[in-house]
Amino acid sequence: MSVTALKSPPTPPRPTAQIVPLALPRRPARPSRAAATARTVAAAVVPPAIVLVLLLGLWELLCAGPGATLPPPSTIWQESYDLIVNPFFENGSQDIGLGWRVLISLQRVAIGFGLAAIAGIVLGVLVGQSVWAMRGLDPIFQVLRTVPPLAWLPIALAAFRDSNPSAIFVIFITAIWPVIINTAVGVRNIPQDYRNVAKVLRLNPLEFFLKIMLPSAAPYIFTGLRIGIGLSWLAIVAAEMLTGGVGIGFFIWDAWNSSRLPDIIVALVYIGVVGFILDRLVAGLGAFITRGTTA
Amino acid sequence: MTAYLKLDHIDKSFARGGTVSEVLKDVSLDIAKGEYVSVIGHSGCGKSTLLNIVAGLTEVSAGGVILEGRQVDSPGPDRAVVFQNHSLLPWLSVYDNVRLAVDKVFAGVKSRAERHAWTLHNLDLVQMGHAKDKRPSEVSGGMKQRVGIARALAMEPKVLLLDEPFGALDALTRAHLQDSVMQIHASLGNTVIMITHDVDEAVLLSDRIVMMTNGPAARIGEVLDVPLARPRRRLELVTDPAYLKCREAVLKFLYERHRFVEAA
Repeated sequence: MSVTALKSPPTPPRPTAQIVPLALPRRPARPSRAAATARTVAAAVVPPAIVLVLLLGLWELLCAGPGATLPPPSTIWQESYDLIVNPFFENGSQDIGLGWRVLISLQRVAIGFGLAAIAGIVLGVLVGQSVWAMRGLDPIFQVLRTVPPLAWLPIALAAFRDSNPSAIFVIFITAIWPVIINTAVGVRNIPQDYRNVAKVLRLNPLEFFLKIMLPSAAPYIFTGLRIGIGLSWLAIVAAEMLTGGVGIGFFIWDAWNSSRLPDIIVALVYIGVVGFILDRLVAGLGAFITRGTTA
Repeated sequence: MTAYLKLDHIDKSFARGGTVSEVLKDVSLDIAKGEYVSVIGHSGCGKSTLLNIVAGLTEVSAGGVILEGRQVDSPGPDRAVVFQNHSLLPWLSVYDNVRLAVDKVFAGVKSRAERHAWTLHNLDLVQMGHAKDKRPSEVSGGMKQRVGIARALAMEPKVLLLDEPFGALDALTRAHLQDSVMQIHASLGNTVIMITHDVDEAVLLSDRIVMMTNGPAARIGEVLDVPLARPRRRLELVTDPAYLKCREAVLKFLYERHRFVEAA
C-alpha cells in the first residue's frame, strides 16, 4: 500500500517540470539580447555622463561669481556658440571652424607620424636584430629620446627655414623613439622556436621579416605606435603655438593674445577628443592586426 | 655499406666566459634508411643538443653529420624537426602553418593546386583536416603536436627529427599520438630520430635505442636492438617477453649503471 502510494504521486509532476522551463526561456531570448546590449551601452555611457554633468555644475558654481578669473560653462556656450555648433564654417582665411584647424594639424601629424612609424620600425628591427647596431645606436637613442620635443624646434627652424616642415620634424622626432624602442624589444623577443622554424624552412631574410618578424613583433610595434601617436598629438599643439599658421595649437595662442578664453576652452575639448580618438584608432588597428598572435 | 645518415665522431663543447663545458664526446652512429632510432638519457645529457646538431641548428665542435654521402652543417627541410613545444606560428591557421612549409619547400616543383592538395593530404595524415581553419590557440596540445608533425612530414624530409614530441602531453593523448606516428612510419617508411626520456615509448616505437651516458661529455653508452615485429600493438606487447627484456635493459642502463646524480 505504502509502496504504491509513494510511487504514483512523483510520476505526474515530472513531465510538467521538464516542459515548463524549456518553454519559458525560448520566448524572451531574443528581446533579452537587445536589452543586454542596451544595458552594456548604458553601463558604459551613463556613469561618465553623470560625472560630466556634476563637474560642469561644480565649474558653473565656482566661476559664476563676479570675481572669477575663468569663464563658467554657460558663458562659454554663449560666446563660443559658433565654434561649438559648427566645426566646419569658413568666414575668410583666418576665421575658420575648429574642425578645419584640427584637420590641418592632423595632416601634419599624419606626415610626421607616418615617417616616424616607417623609420622607427626599420631602425627598431636593425637594433633588435644586430648586436652591433644595438651597441652602437642604443645609447644614442636613450639620450636623444629624453630631449623634450620643443627643444628640437629651433634647430628644425634653422635647418628647414620654414614653419611647416619644422612642425612636421618635431612630430617625427617625438614619435620615433617609442616606435624604435618597442620594435627592438619585440624583435629581440621573437621566440627561438620561431627562428628555428625559419632556419629549417630556409626562409630568406625578406620572408623572415614578413612572415615571422613582423607578425611576432606586431604587439610590441603597436604599443610603440600608440605611445608615439599620443606624443605626436601633444607635440603638434605645442609646436603650432610657436610656429604659427592655421593649426589648432596656433588657434589657442591666437585666442590667448586676443583674450578669448572661452574659445581656448572649446579648443582644449577638441584637442582632448581628437587625441582620444587617435589613441583608440591605433589601439583598434593593433588589436585587429595582432589578433591571434598570443597563443 | 655506407650508412644513410652517419654521425661521425661528434664533439660538442660550449665556451662561456673562459670556461669550456664539454657536452658531447665522440658520438658516432650509423642509421639506415627507414630506421626508427630513439635517443634516451637523463635530462642534461645532451640529447637535445645532439638532435640540434643533426638538424644543423647547432654547430659541432669536431666531427660531422653525413646524410646520403654529403656533409650537412646548416639547417634545411631535408631534416625536418618536430619541436618539443610544437612551435606553430600562432598568427597563422593550422592550414597556413603547414602551407608555409609546403610553399617554401615545393615553390618551383608543385603548382598552386598541388601545394594546396599536398597541405590537406598531410593534415589528413595526422587527422587534423577537420580543424584546418582553426588557429593553434584554438586546438588542444595534442592537436598542436599533430600539426607540428604534419608540417614536418609535408617537407618530405630525408630524416624526421622528433625532439621529445610527446613530452608535454598527457598519457592518453601521448599513447594516441604514438600510435599515429607508428602508422605514419609504417606507411611512409621515414627515417626517424626521436629524443625521449620515456622508456616505454622508446621500446614501443624504435628499431634501435641509443642510450646516452650522463653529462658532462656524454657518450653513447649502449645501443640496443629492439627485435619486435611490426606492426606493434601496445596491448599485446605488455606481456611480450622480448618487449619486457628490452625494457629491462634500458631501465637497467638508466637506473643502475648510469644513475642520474643531481649536480654531478
